[in-house]
Amino acid sequence: MKTTMHRRDVVVALLKDRKDLLVVAGLGSTAWDISAAGDTDLNFPLWGAMGNAAMFGLGLALAQPRRRVLVLTGDGEMLMGLGSLATIGVQRPRNLCVVVIDNERYGETGMQVTHTAAGTDLAKVAQACGFASAAQVRSPGQLAGLRRKIHGARGPHFAQIKVVAEKLPLVLPPREGVLLKARFRRALLGKDADLV
Amino acid sequence: MKRSESDAWPEAIFSTLKGAGVRQVAYVPDGGHKRLIELCIADREMRTVVLSTEEEGIGLLSGAWLGGQRGALLMQSSGVGNCINQLGTVRECRFPLLMLITMRGQKGEFNPWQVPMGQATPAVLQAMDVVVNEANSAAEIAPAVDAAARLAFGSYQAVAVLISQAVIGIKSFQDQSSR
Repeated sequence: MKTTMHRRDVVVALLKDRKDLLVVAGLGSTAWDISAAGDTDLNFPLWGAMGNAAMFGLGLALAQPRRRVLVLTGDGEMLMGLGSLATIGVQRPRNLCVVVIDNERYGETGMQVTHTAAGTDLAKVAQACGFASAAQVRSPGQLAGLRRKIHGARGPHFAQIKVVAEKLPLVLPPREGVLLKARFRRALLGKDADLV
Repeated sequence: MKRSESDAWPEAIFSTLKGAGVRQVAYVPDGGHKRLIELCIADREMRTVVLSTEEEGIGLLSGAWLGGQRGALLMQSSGVGNCINQLGTVRECRFPLLMLITMRGQKGEFNPWQVPMGQATPAVLQAMDVVVNEANSAAEIAPAVDAAARLAFGSYQAVAVLISQAVIGIKSFQDQSSR
């Protein structure tokens, strides 16, 4: 079944009424997606560190077990860090969700196809690594259920959401790393975080 | 030298990490870190995270700092090469990072394939703006780790302590596998 979902619509739907959800985005399109949905201090968009978005989420989820943590990343970024799914499967943090926005392309470098275009099933990888739930998402009707998992159900959860391959206008978050780090810590930990 | 003096350095590192408030300990195993890893696993306040590759630890501990926790990353020198690009993010974001690295390819190495990365380890770390502290004897290790932790968490630096192969003393395959 060919997907008709658009990535920015998907991300807006997942982040609707996000409350105090903590969000890490992988470099490239998913960082622009969360910014298009509304840049906030509790977003940590990566501009580098390719392959490591899920591990940022794991460290954050272990440090903040009472908060929900969502990692949104692309298929190319996730493919570079497949081992991190095994590492998360060992730790099994119940407050972590990893969602791959899968357009089957390297979107920032000329839309070259990734492994998922040839059928690599990231959800099956996550399932085999011990995630509490892992699924491919191909229709908008599945998004409400996934959103409920992100905000409450015992994880770790994984979803691979098939979206249309499209070039979209850039919506850029701040790009200075120190600023992104400091604003996130202040919003999460309070001003005392500056004095630690 | 008595066992208590020459072999107690893993216990001394462990006490230093506890004193520094380290809560997440990430590692790819190394023979030289065997005892320290066991101590961290047995500690109820520390979360140990076994990695599939060392660069995962850079992301993990950066995320931990975003969430208000301190961490430490344990690896062998060969793992430093796996971390290079991720260290760029540490520098750009000025995340504190404490790396404890047991050296191979150095004093008395028996495996030639370990030598290139082992010999390049200090230069590679320094090229990525990581402060390098070398500990060449058992007695130097705990003070070096303590100073590194203060520099990392007090001054928001990436700091590596290189624990010399002279301390670890792996001299043969038989020696390595009998640990």
